[in-house]
Amino acid sequence: MEHTPPPFFNRGPAPLVRLAFFASLSLALLVLDARFRYAENLRSVVALAVYPLQALATLPAALGERIGGYFASQAQLRQENAELRARLLAASQAAQRYEASQAEADELRRLIGAAQRLAVRATPAEILYNGRDPYARKVVIDKGSEHGLRAGAPVIDEAGVIGQLTRAHALMSEVTLLTDKDQAIPVQVLRNGLRAIAFGAGSSGMLELRFMAANAEIQNGDRLVTSGIDGTYPPGLPVATVARIERDSAYAFARIVCQPAAAVEGGRYVLVLGSDARPAPYPEAAGPARDKRSGKTRRPRRKDANAAQ
Amino acid sequence: MQLSDSPAAQRILLPVRTSTILASFAVALLANFLPWRNVALAPDFVALVLAFWCIHQPRLVGLGAGWLLGLLIDVGNGVLLGQHALAYALLAFAAISLSRRVLWFSLWGQALHVAALLLFAQGVALLVRLAAGAEFPGWAIAVGPLAGAALWPLVTLLLLLPQRRPVEVDETRAI
Repeated sequence: MEHTPPPFFNRGPAPLVRLAFFASLSLALLVLDARFRYAENLRSVVALAVYPLQALATLPAALGERIGGYFASQAQLRQENAELRARLLAASQAAQRYEASQAEADELRRLIGAAQRLAVRATPAEILYNGRDPYARKVVIDKGSEHGLRAGAPVIDEAGVIGQLTRAHALMSEVTLLTDKDQAIPVQVLRNGLRAIAFGAGSSGMLELRFMAANAEIQNGDRLVTSGIDGTYPPGLPVATVARIERDSAYAFARIVCQPAAAVEGGRYVLVLGSDARPAPYPEAAGPARDKRSGKTRRPRRKDANAAQ
Repeated sequence: MQLSDSPAAQRILLPVRTSTILASFAVALLANFLPWRNVALAPDFVALVLAFWCIHQPRLVGLGAGWLLGLLIDVGNGVLLGQHALAYALLAFAAISLSRRVLWFSLWGQALHVAALLLFAQGVALLVRLAAGAEFPGWAIAVGPLAGAALWPLVTLLLLLPQRRPVEVDETRAI
């Protein structure tokens, strides 16, 4: 004989059962998101629901700034205007020289048969606020996929690269700063063309060149620019300056700390770069051919093994 | 004096309205989404309000509400999906289990319990992030929960306000 409580005593499943249900649901979501990136659709749907609240929350600061801007004094505006005019003049002169040398470089590239550099499109954006994740270094900007931004685009300010756009929502995007622990950028020493990869050093606000031999040809004050070999960052953008080198004979690698060129943690306005053209695909035959030439004994891939049978 | 500020000795409150709970959660989400300069130092208002309703109305607000709010926070903050959902579900469970005990203390005694609850939720989030490969952001992340617990008396005062009934002395009543 079954005993069920009358309906007005019914309180649903026991608390521990509920806890197990919700905890396993969260753990499943965590694994799906961290390991497989399957949760992006769910994320974008919920992001649309959260967006009005977020917009409302940033409203007071924006309003205060507009009111402050309205009461900015005439003298201050005139001075700022004069400064901007002077900078525009200098910049336009530099731009004219740049155009001439760009045409020259194109001509030379055509002569030696090198690939043309792709034209780069820039979208100006404003930083809304710092990312609300104490475990990562991110900022949120006010343009999104509605404005043509895509995840993976490089983000720069007037002095150099500040990071990479890692998630584009409809009306805002998240930019992971160069100083984030998981962010890497391929660089090149401007002085001698030495290639390296710079990693973020976390909370210190610096960058670190990892896996550089202890006798690598690099010195304090060397300027690092993007090398462009990853196909994501256009070549030649300033990234950092070498600030400190520790060469310890006990380790195979030197410890090289660099100061970012751009105002990575400060700053207000940024440019999001992007190009519509896709880079050329990787040549397919290159892999096996190189294996044969290097002569290393590698475990044959399954496809190769099938072909051999 | 000690007795008078413990809610067990308070006047009888009106039953809570669902709209009050929903509005308080909306305001807490808004406060969390404000552009704080340093997130680690800002109190987590959603966790605080969730702990409040789990302690005062354990039959109305529970694990499901906590999990959903955590999901909203995860997406709004752009962090790992499920991090706050897990932390808030565990927070709701702990708050409901403590709910019969906490209300017998004075407001500052309750705040101590809430500090432990909020630190626990922050610790869960920390463990999740460390397991996912993030670096330890420093002990500053313990400041937010403590600041949240210090706000507990204020939050209690504000959120119980809609349930207070006006004091009216009925002279004609027999008892």
